[in-house]
Amino acid sequence: MLKDKDRIFQNLYNDLGSDIVSSKKRGDWVNTKELTDKGRDWIINEIKDSQLRGRGGAGFPTGLKWSFAPKEVGSRPHYLVINGDESEPGTCKDRDILRFEPHKLIEGCLIASYAIQAHVCYIYIRGEYFVDGQKLQAAIDEAYEKKLLGKNAAGTGWDLDIYIHYGAGAYICGEETALLESIEGKKGQPRLKPPFPALIGLYGCPTIINNVETIAVVPTILRRGGKWFASLGRDKNTGTKIFCISGNVNNPCNVEEEMNIPLKELIEKHAGGVVGGWDNLQAVIPGGSSMPLIPKEKCETLTMDFDSLVAEKSGLGTAGVVVINKDQDIIKCMARIARFYKHESCGQCTPCREGSGWMWRMLERMAKGEASKDEVDMLGDVTKQIEGHTICAFGEGSSWPVQGLLRHFKDEIKKRNGFDPIVKENKNIPYLVDQHLLDKNA
Amino acid sequence: MSIRRPAKDQPEKFEFNESSLDEAKNIINKYPKGKQQSAVMALLYIAQKQNNNWIPLAAMKYIAKFLDMPYIKVYEVATFYSMYNLSPVGKYFVQVCTTTPCMIRGANKIVEACKEKISENEHYLSRDKNCSWMEVECLGACVNAPMMQINDDYYEDLDKEKTLQILDKILKDEKPKPGSYRGRINNEPENKRTTLMDLKNA
Repeated sequence: MLKDKDRIFQNLYNDLGSDIVSSKKRGDWVNTKELTDKGRDWIINEIKDSQLRGRGGAGFPTGLKWSFAPKEVGSRPHYLVINGDESEPGTCKDRDILRFEPHKLIEGCLIASYAIQAHVCYIYIRGEYFVDGQKLQAAIDEAYEKKLLGKNAAGTGWDLDIYIHYGAGAYICGEETALLESIEGKKGQPRLKPPFPALIGLYGCPTIINNVETIAVVPTILRRGGKWFASLGRDKNTGTKIFCISGNVNNPCNVEEEMNIPLKELIEKHAGGVVGGWDNLQAVIPGGSSMPLIPKEKCETLTMDFDSLVAEKSGLGTAGVVVINKDQDIIKCMARIARFYKHESCGQCTPCREGSGWMWRMLERMAKGEASKDEVDMLGDVTKQIEGHTICAFGEGSSWPVQGLLRHFKDEIKKRNGFDPIVKENKNIPYLVDQHLLDKNA
Repeated sequence: MSIRRPAKDQPEKFEFNESSLDEAKNIINKYPKGKQQSAVMALLYIAQKQNNNWIPLAAMKYIAKFLDMPYIKVYEVATFYSMYNLSPVGKYFVQVCTTTPCMIRGANKIVEACKEKISENEHYLSRDKNCSWMEVECLGACVNAPMMQINDDYYEDLDKEKTLQILDKILKDEKPKPGSYRGRINNEPENKRTTLMDLKNA
């Protein structure tokens, strides 16, 4: 287990207060100038050495992302945008940073802005977190007052202004280009990539977009060294991570732990065990609702990091662990997630707009045992038609959980849905126009 | 996608009052010159706050003029984002999270409570027209499930009985205390902390 002194978010449970005086006692803002004096290249290299990967879900190496920002500022200013549109079901970590560790985030914004040469930083917070956003705003005001922001911020010689932009209840705005559209005052529909935001982003200017947690760990990494961070976890999956353990556990909680921690330890030790005991476990969604579920057998030995979960055909995502025990109807649980995606699809790409609703309706019927036999395969096919055929990763996010259900609980679905209307078994009924394009061997 | 339609009864006129006007001007200054359209989301919130929790079409027209952008662009934004209420929702607007993490911890009981106390169906005002409720997607407080939001505040770790008490309060026009209703502190494991132990005793 991670030692308490190696936890970055000492105030995760707000024992110490989130104001600037208490934050300084925890080490925030202590030697910001010393860090920036070492130069942009040192900062970016140190982050590269730490092997920090983005905490928002995709796990892209942060140092690499920063190095994509143009080296010289041309006619267009650079922007730093912080993604605090935390809406992935099962995830509630950024909220705790916004309300209890705001100065870690603000200091991280200053350092990152300096590294990528931005003078303006927008923090995009989901509209529902209004109260938590107000707490962050109070911290920003404090920082301005103490001259830690504004002209010559914290004595670093760098000018930085931070503004909060509230979302308004659209999950899709967590997708980075949809988020930019939203800041520009449009509806949040993702942009085609390329061009990537690092070159053409907010208002057509070079923009680096990072998750709240990613930026909030940056000052600590620079203070304690990239090597320290890299020594936690395992290669390419380093450092600490806030895990949110929700669902059927005795003590649901947020906890900061080392990467690569066994899932069983997270559940048994930190979250007080599964309701009804470990044997009552049915499945776990390891990384927020978009990640395919993992059945109980695999939960015994599973470790929680990006690569080991990919090996299990799932993913760490946002590290929102949703525990589902045997008292729950697994098909119903997934049908509800499908309903979430149907509600949140932005409507831009047809496969996602139509497919997300289609999957939901089929799953609802399957939960009631009203689906016909051939629909089970049809459901799998629909997920394949969505996946990879949309502008953004929402297509994957909506189809992967359904694929996970089919992968591990197909028998359960088939047992419940034996309905066979007119169709003779195994008769191939074309229901998608381009079914002939399907690889027969796939 | 979800279907969102503006209310049938619309006021003819809308204008920002003085404090809204100040707030709006401050917000426009956050964005670069010529990019005032960025302020549209915040201005819609201001209009919603000023107009008893919902946005009439007249307000969208007003904001379009205010930001020098086409009316349809404002309409597009107001109908796209689900937190803009396009019809009256009452002074107390209850949003119950029913997404999977809340669902498996009994969010349906909270829905039941809302049906009993406020109105049989979502989106309908209570008898005194002061309150309405709806099911929403994940509100991002999953470790405090089940939970609901009333206006800006989160009410967490609920069960049916406690929800009924909270709803009784708002129906009497009193503001209930936000936060956990099992007396738990923020997101720490209830009564069984495993990390940051020294701080707990400090």
